[in-house]
Amino acid sequence: MSARQAVDPHRHLSEGRRWRAVEIVFWLATLLPFVVVPSYLTLASQIAITAIFAVSLDLILGYAGLVSLGHAAFFGLGAYTAGLLAKAGWGEPLSGLLVAAAVAGLFGWLSGFVVVRVRHLALIMITLGIGLLLYEMANRESWLTGGNDGLQGVALWKLLGRFDFDLYGYTAYGYALVVLLLVVLVARRLIHSPFGLSLRAIRENERRMPAIGAPSRARLHTVYTIAAAIAGLAGGLLAQTTQFVDLSTLGFQRSADLLVMLALGGTGRLYGGIVGAIVFMIARDQLADMNPQYWYFWIGLLLVGVVLFLPNGILGGLARLLPLERNQAGR
Amino acid sequence: MIAPAVGVIFDGFAYGMLLFLLSVGLSVTLGLMNFVNLAHGAFAMLGGYVAATLMNTLGWPFLATLPMAFLLTGVVSVGFERTLYRRLYRAHDLDQVLLTIGLVFISVAAAAFFYGTQQQPVRLPDYLRGYTTLIGVNFSHYRLFLIVVALAVTLALVLALERTRFGAQVRAAVDNQRMAQGLGINVELVFAVTFALGSGLAGLGGALAIEIVGLDPNFAFAYLIYVLIVVAVGGLGSIRGSFLAAVLLGVSDAAGKYYLPSLGSFLIYLVMISLLLWRPSGLFGRAPT
Repeated sequence: MSARQAVDPHRHLSEGRRWRAVEIVFWLATLLPFVVVPSYLTLASQIAITAIFAVSLDLILGYAGLVSLGHAAFFGLGAYTAGLLAKAGWGEPLSGLLVAAAVAGLFGWLSGFVVVRVRHLALIMITLGIGLLLYEMANRESWLTGGNDGLQGVALWKLLGRFDFDLYGYTAYGYALVVLLLVVLVARRLIHSPFGLSLRAIRENERRMPAIGAPSRARLHTVYTIAAAIAGLAGGLLAQTTQFVDLSTLGFQRSADLLVMLALGGTGRLYGGIVGAIVFMIARDQLADMNPQYWYFWIGLLLVGVVLFLPNGILGGLARLLPLERNQAGR
Repeated sequence: MIAPAVGVIFDGFAYGMLLFLLSVGLSVTLGLMNFVNLAHGAFAMLGGYVAATLMNTLGWPFLATLPMAFLLTGVVSVGFERTLYRRLYRAHDLDQVLLTIGLVFISVAAAAFFYGTQQQPVRLPDYLRGYTTLIGVNFSHYRLFLIVVALAVTLALVLALERTRFGAQVRAAVDNQRMAQGLGINVELVFAVTFALGSGLAGLGGALAIEIVGLDPNFAFAYLIYVLIVVAVGGLGSIRGSFLAAVLLGVSDAAGKYYLPSLGSFLIYLVMISLLLWRPSGLFGRAPT
């Protein structure tokens, strides 16, 4: 990079936007579960939903550098919005999903005023605090949320008026997969835009950006709102495909697990969260017989190992082995 | 009317003292190295299990287990510091958070494996049981003892930090690490010793906490949030700030549970968020330069 002449920014960005063969192979491979393991379609749809959630966290954490320990707040908000809407009698999935994203995005915008003002420990504590606050609220207002028993009686209409949410998860997986693809398309466009470039610059040096005319806080606020809306989308999808919502959608555990997945896959690489979600969820499914306490022992060991030996996650490690991702703006 | 209020303040103050012991070490080490150590609660839990094991398996008297909880936790923590933490001092917050959350997961699983998930029993000596009634308020002997221990620790800390050569080195390193290094202070050594002391105090707090809040493998997570609130609100590296924040949190928690039980922890989170908005580096922290 150093010896090269000044890069034309537009060319740099459009180069990043180009589709690479690996990506196309990846998206074709996501169709495999329909044929190869139809009995695992429910799991596959959960993975796709978690992957959407992970992409949303990657936008603020991997690209903009904001560490959040309370991202599940938006996921849960989206889940409860979609669930309550369906319970109240409006079971149309697509509009429900949009409302879920809008509500989560609105809350993200509101809490964004607080979040972009602080850094380091205060940021961690405030995101954690917002997450805990919402959890407590949902727990207390059990007339609305069902409290510990969860939200019962979520009934969805047919998707697009044609596809029923079947027991095997064909519709669920197809639905989640399409939304995941759309989210990745939007995120891709966002990352390889001047706006996305400025986010990475803020991550690298936050004080310098205002000096060259880019308002750091306003940019962070925008991306925080977008990420919140996408997280709400993921939550809404979970509520619609499982037709059930409970407090765990808002819990700290969900935020922590998400961080683990993203770190495992690799931050700031768009597909890192997706790979992390796939590995994490399949491992948890396979080890489901294990007592959850011991499962967390291995997760802890894995985290320590990833931080010490694989600082850029699985994708970062692969990128070092294969020169495939040279143009990726990872760390 | 007055008696319950006094009782609430007394209980809250004792609880605050416990939170202070649990969190003061984290405050100082965070101020020193800016390392987000979420495993601090795990060290406190270790101290608790050390005390419980010595008491229940080896039959040690309660008071004798306290110094051991302090010492062993300090030694173990510095082992982690030298092998794992020091690699990440210059790393991004995220890596520090991930590493230490990983350690918490491991510690929770290990505690469940060796001790099971049930609460650990504690055998107090007779003179710490029971209570004295004064103006209609029951003053529990154990809580009085807790307050005395915490105040003694605070006094010792303040004296050590303000009157000794080592304390001066710690203060210098908190103020300006590079400058301190330039003056020939071995900041790494200062940090390792401070880390051991801070974690040891958490271990002591963990041992003292068994009687008040119980001890099970979830301790590391359950009290982490309270500890972080104390540190964030009090301000990094400030003993005075941690003390005040801990008392504030303890008393308002007790008062909230007594007067507004329906609100739960809601109020505390709300107060924390507003305080941090008002002063992002805590009540007594200095704004980053």
